[in-house]
Amino acid sequence: MSKFEFPKSIASRPVWGTLEVRPGEHHLIIAEAEGAQAVLDIATPGMMAVTHIIYIPRHTDHSARLRALNPAQFYEGPSYAAALQRIRRVLEDAHMGLQVYLTGTEGMMGQAMNEAMAVGIPHTAIQTEHRGAIGRRMQCVHCKGITEDVEVDPFVCAHCGLNLFVRDHYSRRLAAYQGVRVDAEDHGNVPEPRGIYE
Amino acid sequence: MTIQFNDESFRDDYTFHNSDWAIKRFPFPFHEDSYMYSVNMEQHRGGPKGSVYEMRFDVDEHYVSEMKDRALVLDEDPLRCQSLPHMTLAGWDLLELIMVSKSEDYPDLFELHRNGNQWRWINKPMGIDHSFTFMDETTLPYGPMEYITRQAQGDFAVLDQRDEMLWMDAGMVTTQADWSLDFDIGMNFFEWHAPVPKAHEMGIFQRALKFLLNIQQGAPARRLNWTMTVNPLLDTSPENYHEWGIQKTTLTPENLSQKQHLRVELQTFFRLPRSNALVFPIRCYLCNFQDLMTVPKWGRRLHRVIRDLPEELATYKGFIDNRPMMLDYLSQFDDGLPTSPGIWPDLETEPPLSK
Repeated sequence: MSKFEFPKSIASRPVWGTLEVRPGEHHLIIAEAEGAQAVLDIATPGMMAVTHIIYIPRHTDHSARLRALNPAQFYEGPSYAAALQRIRRVLEDAHMGLQVYLTGTEGMMGQAMNEAMAVGIPHTAIQTEHRGAIGRRMQCVHCKGITEDVEVDPFVCAHCGLNLFVRDHYSRRLAAYQGVRVDAEDHGNVPEPRGIYE
Repeated sequence: MTIQFNDESFRDDYTFHNSDWAIKRFPFPFHEDSYMYSVNMEQHRGGPKGSVYEMRFDVDEHYVSEMKDRALVLDEDPLRCQSLPHMTLAGWDLLELIMVSKSEDYPDLFELHRNGNQWRWINKPMGIDHSFTFMDETTLPYGPMEYITRQAQGDFAVLDQRDEMLWMDAGMVTTQADWSLDFDIGMNFFEWHAPVPKAHEMGIFQRALKFLLNIQQGAPARRLNWTMTVNPLLDTSPENYHEWGIQKTTLTPENLSQKQHLRVELQTFFRLPRSNALVFPIRCYLCNFQDLMTVPKWGRRLHRVIRDLPEELATYKGFIDNRPMMLDYLSQFDDGLPTSPGIWPDLETEPPLSK
């Protein structure tokens, strides 16, 4: 399956990589939706013997294929929010030599990266690979509410209802891009929404 | 030296105004008739008597009213002041730096009496007389950074230094040129400057970072930056942009000279002794076009700078739509005569407007 190439952008915008197996005593993989395919691409029996897979399907079904890899631990959660407590527990128990792999949407990877950083894993040591939907997790700079999976620009804030334009400025701490009122200088003049990368 | 503090507002009825004294000492940011980004750093070791460069932390006629405006902003949105947990020591460093500097530079306005860790701080303009224990947070009504920056004009970004990089890990930001501390906190130097056009490609930030990493204790640095603001609105935050953005459309040829303000940031940089953090005060000065035009040199120069500014920069600074109207006004004050080098008004030596 082909991967989406994000256009080159400003310095705060995260750059996602390509997963590769690194030597480690344990591996934690958090895979969301099409991210399962990235796991299938790199999995080896040796790695899987010491791997914990957390899979969040989101309307996909790669469960059976992931289970067939025989990971040491496998968990399927219905949503990132549902999986979060488990993710935190696994990270709290992490020892030196744990390798962390994140794959799926930008929103999931950003949030999970924060959890890993919170236990002291530097963000540069966490591997990522974007797969699947290209929607963004957006923070409204005015009301601070987060709108998930935004695919068009401008979009309507799910909390305060303002029409926001999609910036490339990204906060790792919030795991979100910034949304700013698009018609602030001309109330009511809201351009027709288009795909963010169109 | 006695300062008469203005009773004025930076919102709603906008009664902010500059006295003749404030106009003459306004930090006009253009040292020549054109503008492009540069790493325009110099040592912050005083300056001409009475200028904004003279003291470490300049106090002027707007002090008391600016501090009232800051308190209003913080009541509405406490997220404008934040400090990540590892930055408390830097907050104490900053408190010490400001209290020592102000009490030495303005002994008639501020007093600091120290007996070991038992400190007494007197801020006469704000009516504060407070005894506390240095390094004991429980003896202050706020964290140390918030406590002292509620009593100091300008925004404050407190930068942690690690891995040969600066990190925006604490700040008090209520007079900003449209950037959000709440969004940018925790970012590194390149990340929080990411939205600035052109300067990355020009290598500006790489050179600036190298300079800043090497700032030593007792050897602060400074530079000027600028933008444009319609109405003397101190709090041009992204948080409230959905409310103030529309004010840009209220300019008319009749009201432009009073409403359009040149907004100048005096940015200074001090190394802090215990934390090795870098504090980056960003002091905002506002002056409307009418008052600027009382200095013939500034009238000639401002017209030339605004006229010749690359479109990308006028867009980034948010005045591209109003530029033609600004130029219509400013061109009246440009008679084509040459201007003297440097930012100072040179009122005695520069000729009056001859048209």
